[in-house]
Amino acid sequence: MTITDEPAADTGVPETRSDGQLHRLPRRDAVLRMSEVRAAELADSEPLDGENDQTMLMNMGPSHPSTHGVLRLMLELDGETVIRSKPVVGYLHTGMEKTGETLTYLQGPTNVTRMDYASPLFNELVFSLATEALIGIEIPPRATWIRMLMSEMNRISSHLLFMATNGMDLGAVSMMIYGWREREQVLRFFQKVTGLRMNHNYIRPGGVAADLPDGWRDDVLHLMDMLPPRLEEYDTLMTGQPIWRDRLQGVGIISADEAIALSATGPILRSTGVTWDLRRDMPYLAYEEVDFDVVVGSYGDSFDRYAIRLNEIRESMRIVHQILEKMPEGDYRAQDAKVTPPPRARIDESMEALIHHFKIFTEGFKVPEGEVYVAVESPRGELGCYIVSDGGPKPYRMHIRGPSFVNLQTMPHMMADSLIADAVAVISSVDPILGEVDR
Amino acid sequence: MGDPYLADGVVFADVLLAIGKAVVAFVVLLVSVMLMVWFERKVVSRLQNRIGPNIAGPFGLFQTLADGIKLFFKEDIIPTRADRFVFQLAPYLALVPAFLTFAIVPIAGDFNGDNDGRVSMFGRETFIQVADLPVGILFFLAMSSLAVYGIMLAGWSSGSKYPLLGSVRASAQAISYEAALGLSLASVLLVSGTLSTNRIVDLQAADGFGGFIPNWNVIITGFVPFVIFLIAGTAELNRPPFDLVEAEQEIVGGFHTEYSSIRFALFFLAEFMNVVTLSAIMVTLFFGGPAGPDLGFLPGWLWGFVWFFTKLLFFLFTFVWFRATLPRLRYDQLMDLGWKVLIPLSLGWLLILAAIRLARNGQIDVVEGNEFANILLVIAVGIGIMLIAAILLSMAIRTARETRLKERGLVAVAVDGAEEG
Repeated sequence: MTITDEPAADTGVPETRSDGQLHRLPRRDAVLRMSEVRAAELADSEPLDGENDQTMLMNMGPSHPSTHGVLRLMLELDGETVIRSKPVVGYLHTGMEKTGETLTYLQGPTNVTRMDYASPLFNELVFSLATEALIGIEIPPRATWIRMLMSEMNRISSHLLFMATNGMDLGAVSMMIYGWREREQVLRFFQKVTGLRMNHNYIRPGGVAADLPDGWRDDVLHLMDMLPPRLEEYDTLMTGQPIWRDRLQGVGIISADEAIALSATGPILRSTGVTWDLRRDMPYLAYEEVDFDVVVGSYGDSFDRYAIRLNEIRESMRIVHQILEKMPEGDYRAQDAKVTPPPRARIDESMEALIHHFKIFTEGFKVPEGEVYVAVESPRGELGCYIVSDGGPKPYRMHIRGPSFVNLQTMPHMMADSLIADAVAVISSVDPILGEVDR
Repeated sequence: MGDPYLADGVVFADVLLAIGKAVVAFVVLLVSVMLMVWFERKVVSRLQNRIGPNIAGPFGLFQTLADGIKLFFKEDIIPTRADRFVFQLAPYLALVPAFLTFAIVPIAGDFNGDNDGRVSMFGRETFIQVADLPVGILFFLAMSSLAVYGIMLAGWSSGSKYPLLGSVRASAQAISYEAALGLSLASVLLVSGTLSTNRIVDLQAADGFGGFIPNWNVIITGFVPFVIFLIAGTAELNRPPFDLVEAEQEIVGGFHTEYSSIRFALFFLAEFMNVVTLSAIMVTLFFGGPAGPDLGFLPGWLWGFVWFFTKLLFFLFTFVWFRATLPRLRYDQLMDLGWKVLIPLSLGWLLILAAIRLARNGQIDVVEGNEFANILLVIAVGIGIMLIAAILLSMAIRTARETRLKERGLVAVAVDGAEEG
């Protein structure tokens, strides 16, 4: 049974998803198109005539507890109902892309790793892959597999952070601590491998900074043993919780057409039933050699996005188990004298080696002229890196396609005609990292 | 009835006694609130894998005191757009009813034998409660309604948008849940036949079914009114999962967003005081208050105290447990729960209880002279009517929902009533 005022073709709701849930017609006027200046003027002015002045403009953020950093949302409210909204970004703008032009390719990862601070290794990875594509070097298999291991661990930690913040945003405050507790364990592993909990600068052009430490296998296995029961706990606490389901199911619905039109990627696109995962569709590293499923939803609502992330943790664990089996022996960085500094022992013996070492770390290595775009599947979607090289040791232009930034524009469409509480659930389920949005 | 010490004229000792009781109740409430804040933080911490306050005093017991002192010395900020007088008044409006409600709670007393809760103090017979009002329960309802004024006016007078939303939520929530709260209380009044808290406790002190099951109202009224009271009470207190009025993640802090310093502390205090008071009322109405067996080795009146606080602690823990476990409801879900579930259910239950009472008194006498058969018949018919009413209500709700969605240009896509599970 379908109740609709318009022909079904216009609803944008595929019929396969008729399931008793509510579906919102896509609204073309969900975005509040008003400048901040005009909004400020309105705030100071006297109310307009009563009949036409029914709505209220409210700023949510940039310092609001659940805008995930410094996102600012201008909401047009009718009572508690969000009519239109507009995300305002730029409060965390630090000019990292511009900074990237002044840093050598070897210094690049320290810069990009600060963008998406919840999944820093993906930023390093995509930058390194782009640089390597420009130079055209092959990295040894062990480096590839180490990169995969670290990426998947980072995906787990990032999704755990999502579990924590999503729980907190919906009022399940204990979940915040539980999510962090598990993430902390993953971060400890990172610290052991890279020396840092975040901003690792571990994945570098030519391989990784260091080989995995002794006992890494036990650490990973310990994590893999610890996580499944904890995820079961999440299921008890949240997935099966009636209030939790009521709060998320049917909230923030987006259709596949809308998501594609708005360039959404990652869990948001997958929640609409589109099976798009760069690990499978445009394989990089060695993802062709591991077996995993792409988790998709069917309703395109916040609950699907939550469930997708929860199950992606499980898929990542599957991948990690396979990596543990297949991890090859060998070198952890390319033995290409162009990008790799000579070993410490050589520096003592050879003047040339010393000069070479010095040149790599001061001037940097030169990268052939050209441009390249490389994309990886970060926990938030398609993370791309576009580099133009003029043949020098620094990028002529470096651009990052941040999935958080692109996904942000789905927000007004998801939260139109819903309550403020739903708007918070939507922000949470988009899971933006503002460092990546503003760059 | 009333308090026995006022029965035969007022002497000087009575005045002292009244003042003494008020002071003691005040201190007991304040201390228990202080401990409650500590208890909540400590329990929530343990549930969340944290340690909680452990620096100020033994086990962090003085943490609340430290926080209070800190808040007292903070700058008191009044926003420029605020309505100054109302803004300054509101915290007291929230605090005073929270204090007053505690006056009707019997916190101890000897309810064994024919004592009726009387104890002997300074040669006078008295109850251990500040006042045993003949309209005690009505007083509680009145005070809990008044408490919302503080919250509502605080939000309204702040001259800011988030507090305004909070105060709108507060007034809607209070009105909705007051009804359910009152109706579930009516069940207790029906079986007790009195509004006096002392009498209600005294009636529950009698031996119950089979001699060993306590004669508590929670059993006599059939558990449902208690559950409704607990849910409605949680909503009335603005405690999680019904803390939409504050909802830090949505409206930042709701009504107290703009408050700082000691005024904020007063709201905080009032909130926790309400938790303690409502738990105490719950214990009084449904769990026999201080009534309990005298196990010896302590004076009789002290046992009432022990039982009362044991029961109280259980409910305080329940509230903390709620907070650590449940996500917050959305505004419309809260309203749905109140109006479409709790109020009809409590009303129906009240009517069934009334009918059962009539049957027991022999006023419904279908099966001649057989009281048990009559009661069964009444229950069967009552439950049947409630089921029919529930079906009608759900149909009405569904129709209304579809009409509403249609008006707002939303589509309801439903297939064979399949619920996503």
